[in-house]
Amino acid sequence: MPATFTRTPAEIDRKDTGIGGKPPVDRRPTGGGGGDDNWDNHPQGRRGPRELLTRYRLGLFFGLAGDLMFFIALVSAFFVRQNAGHFDLRDNYVSDWHPLAIPPILWINTAVLLLSSLSIEMARQHLFHEVDVMEEWLGLGRPAVRRASPWLIATTVLGSLFLLGQWIAWQQLSSQGLNFTTTQNSHFFYLITAVHGIHLILGILALMIALCALFLLRRVEMRQIVVDCTAWYWHTMGIFWIFLFVLLTCFQ
Amino acid sequence: MMRRWPFTTDHRAIAIAYLLLSLFAVAVGTVLSVFMRIHIIAPNLKLPFWGVVPPEGYLALVTMHGTLMVFFVLTTAPVNGLASLVLPAQIGARRMALPLLNAAGFWLTTLSLIVLLSAFFVPGGAPISGWTNYPPLSAIAAAGPGQATGMDLWLVSIGIFCLASILSSINLLTTIISKRCSGMTLMRMPLTIWAWLVTAILIVFAFSILLAAVVMLLSDRHFATSFFVPPGEVIDGALVALHANGSPMLWLHLFWFFGHPEVYIAILPAMGLTSSLLANFTRRPVFGYGFMVTTTVAIGLLGLMVWGHHMFVSGMNPYAGTAFALTTMAIAVPSSAKVLGWLAMLWRGRDSRVHPLPTPMLFTLGFLSFFITGGLTGPILAQPVLDAYLHNTYFVVAHFHLIMAMAGMFSLFAAIYYWFPLMTGRLMSEAMGKWHFWLSLIGAYGTFFPMHFAGLAGLPRHYAQLTGSTSTLGSLLPLQTGITHSALFLATAQLLFLINIVWSTLRGQPAGSNPWRATTMEWSPVEKGCMVVYGPYEYRFDGNSEDFVPQRVLETEQE
Repeated sequence: MPATFTRTPAEIDRKDTGIGGKPPVDRRPTGGGGGDDNWDNHPQGRRGPRELLTRYRLGLFFGLAGDLMFFIALVSAFFVRQNAGHFDLRDNYVSDWHPLAIPPILWINTAVLLLSSLSIEMARQHLFHEVDVMEEWLGLGRPAVRRASPWLIATTVLGSLFLLGQWIAWQQLSSQGLNFTTTQNSHFFYLITAVHGIHLILGILALMIALCALFLLRRVEMRQIVVDCTAWYWHTMGIFWIFLFVLLTCFQ
Repeated sequence: MMRRWPFTTDHRAIAIAYLLLSLFAVAVGTVLSVFMRIHIIAPNLKLPFWGVVPPEGYLALVTMHGTLMVFFVLTTAPVNGLASLVLPAQIGARRMALPLLNAAGFWLTTLSLIVLLSAFFVPGGAPISGWTNYPPLSAIAAAGPGQATGMDLWLVSIGIFCLASILSSINLLTTIISKRCSGMTLMRMPLTIWAWLVTAILIVFAFSILLAAVVMLLSDRHFATSFFVPPGEVIDGALVALHANGSPMLWLHLFWFFGHPEVYIAILPAMGLTSSLLANFTRRPVFGYGFMVTTTVAIGLLGLMVWGHHMFVSGMNPYAGTAFALTTMAIAVPSSAKVLGWLAMLWRGRDSRVHPLPTPMLFTLGFLSFFITGGLTGPILAQPVLDAYLHNTYFVVAHFHLIMAMAGMFSLFAAIYYWFPLMTGRLMSEAMGKWHFWLSLIGAYGTFFPMHFAGLAGLPRHYAQLTGSTSTLGSLLPLQTGITHSALFLATAQLLFLINIVWSTLRGQPAGSNPWRATTMEWSPVEKGCMVVYGPYEYRFDGNSEDFVPQRVLETEQE
């Protein structure tokens, strides 16, 4: 049997924390001990607490890059359809693209979404606050969790408010007689807001999971990872919305 | 805690599952293609499971054959299957960076395959608009049998497949970037890893676009929007008044922005494998490692810019056609540069090569042969003027079956014969392997080469019957008969491969730890840390003493 086939299984018990036994804070140990302080020289898997976090962030980044392409496809379709008029026999330019008046509530929604980005950033910051993290890591209570969870709850509420606002915007449009199927333009308005809304619903699910994870996960750095990834996802959805909002408002 | 099958996240178990899934898909796809070939020469013959195939049944066969082969064989096996098998070991990691994502990708792919195959069993049967599914035919349920539920199932299946591929690629990218062991710099990565890196990036880009297109088409079908459906569609004499002013061209652009990178997704891993195997079996370093890396990246980048050459006759702006013709001919440059590099490796290794050539090497040479034969017709089809005649003829069928299907399959066979010991601890039978290679080579050329002539004679694709009102196509019947017999021969030859797999798993010769005396790290165990100080292909390292230097050095030896 080749050694490759009989070697240790891929899934093994990790007895240590996998972070070189160091607290998950930014500051690197200095002086004393005589050890090698440059974590980049350590074997892979022992390069300090940020290694795992970086890996998950990297995965999230690639996922969001794909998501960006998804939205780019929709937006380019928007522009293609917008410019798809033609000249008729009498040289008149014919286009079935009718500009759509954006319901004003979208401005409020945008503000709410920006606020929610702020609140989740507060939660994220609390989980990386060095003194609190050290206390948690040493097992002296859970100050970071206690301070971060209200902000996560606030973000969930604000996110739900945003979705509610989007729903109201749809109601207002459809009371003006503009439904999903009415015009070329309303196709795109509903499609883009719906797809973005689905992303936010996923985000709210992630927020709830993160909230549970804060209390259930044993390892400090895993709690950081869950909240950190949720926050970056949420921020990205916020940025996507700004672009989509500008598109829907200014490029009609 | 060890998770047992089916909840395992062990990348090797997932790899074997992926490869078995692809084996199943390729078996079904081959049976469908044999049915198609038989139907062309004997339209009234009763086929098993099917009876007499009606013309729309023939189109369903075409659609499902294409979808199975492109998605579930040529995308799934070389990227997810083979990468799960060896990628972590080749970069000196013990496991994937995000193993749960890897497992999720596999199960979503399985679900997607089940949804796709279930299209056969719904009323109306499988969709009939080809694997590209151009609207308005694909957008209107009344357009044909299979365009109702069957088409919906196709779209849902491909949507799931997009998600699965994106998730798996996120895992591959993260693994390659964050899990390399110390010393494994980018320019010391094996060329297979480079190929998977570029492929994974292409998958994240291309499949996201396809997902958006699928969402829009589903919305056209079920919410009466008109992204893709033009007004005034008349089907069966009835006006379809539901839709306003959509553009089928939009689907073409979105689909081919996915569809062309897809070709490179299928073939780039094969290219990386070819470089590795040629180095291994000629016992010489890869010719111009940096050059091979550059061409891989260049092919990936240019591959994103050539989608329009599928649309020369679609009514696209002719100036755009010229631009796409130029980028398409530009991508021939890195591709032929790679081929020249491989030929140089063969020339340089003519004395030092392993003698006699083992089966994986034979299949690699087969890949090279098909890549050149199929590649030569590429620049012909890249001319808008020539394409106007050849578009949708058997010439195109010949082109992509040689360069994508046969080249991809032969490289996949090379990979299976080469890495089989990693899955079972045994070597595959050389005698059966050689018979399999030669019979497949003859069968493949016999099947696809004559299609060039059918295409030049003007025979269109997707025609269920050649006999009918005119005699023009009927005169091609003898040629088609030959092709069908050749295809039956080719399909039968694959039974040898199945027998070989079963026999070798049970009775094959034990492989030992490094049967091919390769340098790359999948052949050496990773227990603790590992340290890389050499490039990936150090064969004939210092001229004489050692034949090869493994890339991996144990850390204890280092200190």
